Amino acid sequence: MKVAVMVTCINDSMFPDTGKSVFRLLRRLGVDADFPEAQTCCAQPMVNTGYLDEAVPVVRTFVDAFAGYDAIVTPSGSCAGSARHQHAIVARRAGDERLAEAGPRVYELSEFLVDVLGVSDVGAYFPHRVTYHPTCHSLRMLRVGEKPLRLLRAVRGLDLIELPAAEECCGFGGTFAVKNAETSTAIGADKARHVRATGAEVLVAGDNSCLLHIGGMLSRERTGVRVMHLADVLASTEEDA
Amino acid sequence: MSATFVGMPAFPVAAREALADSQLRRNLEHATHTIRAKRAAVVGEVDEWEELRLAGAAIKDNTLLHLDEYLLQLEESLQARGVTVHWARDAREACDVVARIAQTHGVDEIVKVKSMVTQEIGLNEALAAQGIVAWETDLAELIVQLGDDLPSHILVPAIHRNRAEIREIFRRRMAAAGRPAPENLSDEPAELAAAARLHLREKFLRAKMAVSGANFAVAESGTLVVVESEGNGRMCLTLPEVLVSVVGIEKVVPTFADLDVFLQLLPRSSTGERMNPYTSTWTGIAPGDGPQEMHVVLLDNGRTRALADDVGRQALRCIRCSACLNVCPVYERTGGHAYGSVYPGPIGAILNPLLKGVGVDEQTDSLPYASSLCGACFDACPVRIDIPEVLVHLRTKVVDAHREGPPKAEAVAMKSASWVLSDARRLGFAERGLGVASKVLDRVGRRVLPGGRRALGRLPWPGSLWTNARDVPAPPAESFRAWWRKGGRP
Amino acid sequence: MSARDEILSAVRVALRDADRSELDVPRDYRSAHASGDIVALFEERVVDYRASFARCTPDDLVSTIRAALGSASKILVPQGFPVELDGVPDADDLDSYDAVVTTAALGIATTGTIVLDHGPGQGRRALSLVPDVHVCVLWENQIVGGVAQAVARLDPARPQTWISGPSATSDIELNRVEGVHGPRKLHVIVVNEG
Repeated sequence: MKVAVMVTCINDSMFPDTGKSVFRLLRRLGVDADFPEAQTCCAQPMVNTGYLDEAVPVVRTFVDAFAGYDAIVTPSGSCAGSARHQHAIVARRAGDERLAEAGPRVYELSEFLVDVLGVSDVGAYFPHRVTYHPTCHSLRMLRVGEKPLRLLRAVRGLDLIELPAAEECCGFGGTFAVKNAETSTAIGADKARHVRATGAEVLVAGDNSCLLHIGGMLSRERTGVRVMHLADVLASTEEDA
Repeated sequence: MSATFVGMPAFPVAAREALADSQLRRNLEHATHTIRAKRAAVVGEVDEWEELRLAGAAIKDNTLLHLDEYLLQLEESLQARGVTVHWARDAREACDVVARIAQTHGVDEIVKVKSMVTQEIGLNEALAAQGIVAWETDLAELIVQLGDDLPSHILVPAIHRNRAEIREIFRRRMAAAGRPAPENLSDEPAELAAAARLHLREKFLRAKMAVSGANFAVAESGTLVVVESEGNGRMCLTLPEVLVSVVGIEKVVPTFADLDVFLQLLPRSSTGERMNPYTSTWTGIAPGDGPQEMHVVLLDNGRTRALADDVGRQALRCIRCSACLNVCPVYERTGGHAYGSVYPGPIGAILNPLLKGVGVDEQTDSLPYASSLCGACFDACPVRIDIPEVLVHLRTKVVDAHREGPPKAEAVAMKSASWVLSDARRLGFAERGLGVASKVLDRVGRRVLPGGRRALGRLPWPGSLWTNARDVPAPPAESFRAWWRKGGRP
Repeated sequence: MSARDEILSAVRVALRDADRSELDVPRDYRSAHASGDIVALFEERVVDYRASFARCTPDDLVSTIRAALGSASKILVPQGFPVELDGVPDADDLDSYDAVVTTAALGIATTGTIVLDHGPGQGRRALSLVPDVHVCVLWENQIVGGVAQAVARLDPARPQTWISGPSATSDIELNRVEGVHGPRKLHVIVVNEG
């Protein structure tokens, strides 16, 4: 199986360590994944803001970059959801069915680990009190369900604390976060309050975009809670401790 | 009710006011969390819930796809049972029909069953202009009417009011509208409800004409259905001599047997009960029982416009349960008034633009963006309206409607982003710029995030849109791409 | 063009390009049945609405109704009610009556609902609405499992009133409060098969 990693534009430019974690983790599990350098973005920011014409060339780049790979793994529920559910809309707009080709081969990281590789213990070690926020697109668009939690429960040393009202949105919502900034942060404030109530040191999620928002609020409130991507936790081993 | 939604500002501006009202925020949080828990409990009892949702969606879709045929069948069935059928293209035509019927009978007051569609068409205001008083008889509608307020929820229009506020409205305003509130009225919900009972009873007993909507209109039999709780609907539907029902054309269902789906879906989704206290069905005039003159006004008012939208069409399945409002993170914080319409919340964010069309006014165009696309509304919807899908679709229509003319800053930004993101080399170049900025910002950023990364505080506009309430990590010195190209391997 | 013709034509134009083939409506939900003792389930669900509930034999019916009526003195008993009671069949001043006693078309166990179709023993619709107390008598064999079974048995041509507990509202902070415009007391009596 030829496996590519879609690092995502936000991880590429803002959270490169998460991209590195995905490769470390996959290598440890015996998967020799590739980073097709022609990749850029899934076009979700354009599609979700209503700019379909602008999304067309971005999706074309996506499809070209990942042509020939059997599985495209991404550390983002949101970008996986975008590729799987929205590229078809862009394809219709462009009148080019080929643009919908890559979507069905995209897996969110926890799906790939649990469903494709069939593992739930990835051999990680992370001796911290952790709480987990299931991001909306992982939860309701991809329906990843318990998979991320199964992976976290198998991490040695990790103390998993349940997040109250976990399934409620954090208020990020892509361009919603700036177009309706006050509403976005009002929602985020409640998420941050629930995170604080757990007493966890680290908030983990499968999307750095949501974590950028929640983490930004936790930092502004000087809570001392760190945010980390699921991939960064799963990549950690005794050597890192 | 003299208050009006006309001239409301766009959602982000209207929301700001609601967000600053801490009493409103508490009222909404309490109410939405109460109803969420109740709904979850009674939906959880029904093993075949998903089958019911699928059936409900399919019945509605089949009806919508043959709406012309079902409307003609409904008309025929109603007429066969002695009902006069009127058709109204828009709000004004519908209001005129109702006013004319009242005038024919020399009636200067009517009683009303709570109905979304008569709110939508502004019936009370239109009747008032003709010297006819319309009394709202649903408790929440009464609270809104007496308080000269606007509805903020589909099911519970006064959801933004708590018991203490309601007591004040009753004490101050009931006397001018009829029987005054009792002395020493407390804020106990049971006492408040009893005060409404006494206040409205004299109106029910003397009313000659009532106006209702309908939750469902059965094409095959001509049966209309009103689902309610308090009994005010039963009063209006049985005591007056003349009954006028204003029915949106999307309310039609093919057969009486199809009600076995909706009478399960609606109450559990709506009030979170196994069944609402009262449901009335009537099939034209019943000799010796209830109104002996009946009219039905079939209303378009934008519904055929919505029907023409092949993605948006599904919004016409809506049975007005308001489950989507109750689970929506945006509605929970802003309440209903920010949506500037009698249809607030996620369904309002799609229904208003579908009924009115986009590209006409800024307020309507702002509604599809009033969502984080979290998807909780779809999961709660009893007829499986994919609200996030329709929201994204309508955003595209809003953008397309503005493609002619001078581009907004957002359009310029999106075009630039599209250009950068269409080519990995361009993206790499932009990231190198970020890396340079990072070195500068590293000296400016005074805050350190837990974990050791440097953060930026408040930035000038447009960065301020993010940083007014949120820190942001400083960009990394090196992108993933740059690291990979250097031969970086884990 | 008339409003009627214009709306119908707008509908046809709107659906011009739509695939209008009939979708299958899955009806699997109709095979779901309440299992076990449906009369007991009916009782549990009726009581859940804070309605009162009693069971009796045909012989005890009159005394059970009297007990439910309590101190009510002006009573409506519609034409066709199967046992002899001290009341009038109808009146103009319904608001001056204390209570009404009716039969019903059927009862629904899973939702604790009684359905009146205003046939003999049930009276016109206003009768069971205006008085503050409603005593409703059903026979065991009138109780069906769920909503689907109820709809299948009912005649759409007749006016119907579905009643689930006493009049109530959730309009104040979304908490259910009994007692607005309909009867504030609902007594349901189920008669065992003799």
